[in-house]
Order: sequence, then structure tokens, then C-alpha cells
Amino acid sequence: MDFATFLIQCLNALQYGLLLFLVASGLTLIFGIMGVINLAHGSFYMIGAYLAFGLAAPVAAAFGGGFFSVLAIGIVLAVLLGYALEWAFFAYLYEREHLQQVLMTYGLILVLEELRSIVFGDEVHGVAAPPLLAGSLPLGDTMSYPVYRLFISAVCIALAAGMYLVLTRTRLGMMIRAGSANREMVQSLGIDLEFLYRVVFAAGVALAVLAGMVAAPVSSVYPGMGNTVLIACFVVVVIGGIGSVRGALLAALLIGFVDTFGKVLLPQAAGVAVYLLMALILLWRPEGLVRAG
Amino acid sequence: MNPMRITVLACAVLGLAPLVAQAQAKLKVGLMLPYTGTYAALGNAIENGFKQYVAEQGGKLGGREIDYVKVDDESDPAKATDNVNKLVKRDNVDVIVGSVHSGVAMAMAKVAKDSGTMLIVPNAGADAVTGPMCAPNIFRSSFSNWQPGYAMGEALAKKGVKNVVTITWKYAAGDEMVKGFREAFEKGGGKVGKELNLPFPNVEFQALLTEIAAAKPEAVFAFFAGAGAVKFVKDYAAAGLNKTIPLVGTGFLTDGTLEAQGDAANGVQTTLHYADGLNTPRDNAFRLAYAKAYKLQPDVYAVQGYDAAQMLGIGLAATHGDITKKAEFAAALRKAKIDSPRGPFTLSPSHNPVQDFYLRQVANKENKVVGIASKALADPGRGCKM
Repeated sequence: MDFATFLIQCLNALQYGLLLFLVASGLTLIFGIMGVINLAHGSFYMIGAYLAFGLAAPVAAAFGGGFFSVLAIGIVLAVLLGYALEWAFFAYLYEREHLQQVLMTYGLILVLEELRSIVFGDEVHGVAAPPLLAGSLPLGDTMSYPVYRLFISAVCIALAAGMYLVLTRTRLGMMIRAGSANREMVQSLGIDLEFLYRVVFAAGVALAVLAGMVAAPVSSVYPGMGNTVLIACFVVVVIGGIGSVRGALLAALLIGFVDTFGKVLLPQAAGVAVYLLMALILLWRPEGLVRAG
Repeated sequence: MNPMRITVLACAVLGLAPLVAQAQAKLKVGLMLPYTGTYAALGNAIENGFKQYVAEQGGKLGGREIDYVKVDDESDPAKATDNVNKLVKRDNVDVIVGSVHSGVAMAMAKVAKDSGTMLIVPNAGADAVTGPMCAPNIFRSSFSNWQPGYAMGEALAKKGVKNVVTITWKYAAGDEMVKGFREAFEKGGGKVGKELNLPFPNVEFQALLTEIAAAKPEAVFAFFAGAGAVKFVKDYAAAGLNKTIPLVGTGFLTDGTLEAQGDAANGVQTTLHYADGLNTPRDNAFRLAYAKAYKLQPDVYAVQGYDAAQMLGIGLAATHGDITKKAEFAAALRKAKIDSPRGPFTLSPSHNPVQDFYLRQVANKENKVVGIASKALADPGRGCKM
């Protein structure tokens, strides 16, 4: 591998790591901070991708807007969906055992997957990147780098910074963290935790949906796409340390590098490299890379 | 009437009843296909094709009406043995048709080999099904993985291409297609410079695309299918590689995926036993009838389902509807020329189609025929003892 190729591979790794963080960010909020094991996270990601595909035509017809109007409308819908789901199902789960959370969220996967099949069918679809970002930058003499991938990275960095600031530097973030540490104490201080959690959950769903919409032009849109990202998301949150945004970002980048260079240097072991990394890190630090709090 | 006569009569009636019932009973066809998950669309196309042929024959094959028992195999090899045993032991089906996923088909072939139940594979290409696992009661209406790979190797070597990089998912289908490709390509004087692969169903291709750009081969041979194929072709174009290094592959790279791939797929050349715009009277008639019946354009999977029904029909006609006469059933099929929409084909000694492989090029969201990559290509059926 010459130096130029090495640099491009580093860029690939960085970019993949940031994409992983984007997808896992919602789970950091719901699983990491609220403590609900949410297996349906991948389904929310899938909903996002299908929204990007399904809304494109009607939005263009109604507003003449493009990709960014779709993003805005999708996020509004996602917040509403998250709010409704929390009210209907998740609100009953906080005090329950983990097994019950797993069962219910697994049920949600099946229901959402079937609804997807009824509404959109089982074909594979593509979503076009917005024209503004459709170009590519030349890298070396044969390869070029799509601008859209750089855009995704920018979105990830903005999100990571935003989440970190809100959770650690604002009153709202303080309430959320306190709520996850000691629910009853926070309630007795007069904070409407029920409402607060509903909002946080809605935000988590919106993040997953946003990730799905942003990733749709590069990942394409297909049945079962949520399940493929779900495991990666849990790996990111677990390696990073439950409840830590900084840890999740660090973990996502680490996985990006291990996966990219694993594929190139040790193709036979590429399938297990990431899980090996997880096992080693958990042996070394059972609580994950960064301890929350 | 004395009691003796009544007893005799009763015995006669009771004894005959099963025979009479058998002659008139419906033929039980077990459709074991993916109806959910990634391959659901393929499973439905196969079933549609199968039922279309049966409908064209007035709802009967070999004089027998058909009763369907459907099982969703979910493309899950772990559940395959249970599923196929249900069909064979609980539902007592006469013939099994399935499946799409090679791992599932291997489990089905094993059960069919042991139980002797008739099996027609309408898609899964695992070489072993008509290789070491071959049996007098196992047939395939589609292809072996080796075949389309070999055809592309032949076509590319003929063009004078010398240096190629291959890329695929690391699992049976990908390995077998690359092996077929390599065999023909190196026989024709070419050289495979690098074999790249990634674990199934990983779709993060960027690192390997960078490797391709660094290796600068004359062409890239790829096997991916479904959503992975969509993403690979789009990523390949987005990385600008399609401008300097032509992308070729087996037909699955661009079949049923062109709508989603858009312009990124333009110019990609693939080999398969079916194509758009064959424009033969047989294919035109098939396509028109299919479009009318299902309000859908048929694809290669529909053709394979259709031909599975044709093969069943030929065997049943030769045995006058008695599927238990396995030797006669197989003998009829071995001699038969199957009048498929893809073009007529025969069966190899190991029961895999001997067929033409078309060289196709993507233009305007269609896989247009540009020629024949390999004429009457027969799978060598390595390891088959029958």
C-alpha cells in the first residue's frame, strides 16, 4: 500500500466511522441514557430511508422542494411517531425487566417490517442525492470521492457536537441525566419526567430516522435494512460506554478504522475483526471506553 | 344378500377406494420459497411463473389437478431442514419446488436425496445441488453458479482482456461464480490479479474500491445481488471507477435492480441465461401473458418458475400423472428439449440446464442482449455420481 492509498483508506475509515455514529446516535440516547433496550432502533432507521424514498415525489409535487424539504418533513413526522410510540408502548417499559423490553421492541420490528412490506413492497429502491451534492472530487488519477459522503460526515460531526453540548452543558441535559440516574428523586424535585422522557425518546427516534434519510442515497432502500445496522449500533454503544456520546463517537471511529483496514489487510478475518475488537475492549474495560457521568 | 357377500363387497370397495382416490387425487406441489425478507420479490416471481404455466395447461399437469402447499423459507438455512421435512412428512407432498437461497436449497436437496421426494430447484445456484448432491429425483430449472461466471470469463478472454480484479461476498455463491470465471478466463490466457471479498452481507465497499483504484486492472468482475448489487454499482460509479475500468459481472449484478441503480449501471456488462429484449416469438408471448396476468414485467426468476412447471409437466406426461414412477419421470426429462422463454434448453446428465448464456449490456434501465457469451454451456457436474 503506497502512502496516497493509505491516506485515502484513512479517509474511508473516518467516513465510515462517522456514518456509524450517525446511525447509532439515536440508540445512544434511548438505550444509553434512558436505559431502554430498543431493538426497534434499526426499524426507525429503515423508516427514515423509506421516508426519504416515499416522500421525494409528493414533496416535490407539493412544494417543489428537494432533498432538504424531505429531511425537514421527515424529522417532523419522526418526532410525532416517536412521541406517539412512547405514549402507547415505551412509557410502560422503564420500570420493567430487560427481557420484557426486548420482547416488546422485537415485536415492533416484526410489525414495522410487515407494514413496510404492505406499503412499499419488497423491491430495492434507490434515492438520488441532491443535485447540489451529487458531484465528486478527484483523488489520485483513477478514483474520485463523492461529495455526498463528505456531507454525511459533516452532518455527523454537527450532530455529535450538538448532542454533547445539550447533554453536558444545558439544564435540559442535566435533567435527562439525573432522570436516568435516579428517577424518583428527580420526580420528587418537581420535574415532569414523564413528559421529559417522551421528548427525549421522540428525539432518539428522530435521530434514527434522520440517519436513515441521510444514508438513503448511499445505502439504497431495501427490506430488512434495519436489521443490518442494528447490531453495529449496539456494538458502538457498548464499546463506547453506555450513556456517553463522546464514547460512542470514539467507538464508531475505532470500528471504522478496524473494519476498513481489516478488509484490506486481513480479508479472511474481516467478518470477525469488529467483534474481536469488542471482546477485547470489554475484557480491558467492562464498562466501555468512556464512563458516563 | 348373505353376510359373506356383503363382507366381500365391502372389502372390495374399501380396498379399491384408495386406488380410485389416487388416480383422481390432486397432485400436491410444495412451494418452499422466500415470501418474506430480502428475497421475497424473487419467491413471488417464481410462484407466478409456475402458476402461469399451469394455467396455460388448463390447470392440470399430466392430467392431474394441482394442490399447492406453501411454506415461507425466509431464506434461512437454519430453518430449512425443518421446513422441508414438514412438507415431506406432514403434508406428504408429491413434489417440492424451491428455493432461492443456496443454503436453503442444499438442505432441501439433502432431504430429497434421502426421502426420494421429487425436487425441482427454480433458482438456487449452489454447484453441489447438481454436483456431489445430485440424484435421480433432483432437477434444476435455473443455472449452476459456475455457469454465468464461466461464460463471462470466456467472453472477456475472447475480447483480449488480460488482467482482472474480482470482488464478491465471501460465501458459496460468490466463491463458485468467481471460480467459474477464473477457470474460463485463465484458460483463455487472462490472469486474475487480485481476488477481493468481504463478508456477507456487508455493503461497505469503499475500502475495496480504493484497492481496485490502486491496482488499476483492465476490468473488474463482480458478483453481488439485490440491495448489495444496487449499492456496489452505485458506489463504483460514485468513485469514478466506471470511467476508466469497465465493470462486468454475472447477471445478478443488474437484474431486478436497474430501477434503483439508475444511471450508475449504464454500460455494465453481465452474463445470464435470460435478458430483456430477446424478441423471440416464444419470449414475447410469455412476457405478454405474464404482464396481463400479474400486472408486472416478468424477470429471470419468473422464467425459472415457469420452466420448473414445464419440467414437472413433461415428467408427468411421460408417466401419465404417476409421479411415483421416478425412473420414467427422469428418463423423459433427460431426453426432453424444454421450450423455455429464454430459448430451448436440455438437461445435463446431472440434471442442470445446458443453455446459452447471453452477454448483456445495461442501457436505459434494461439488460439488452449484445450477443451470446457461451453457447450451450453445460455445467461439468463435478462430483456427481448417479
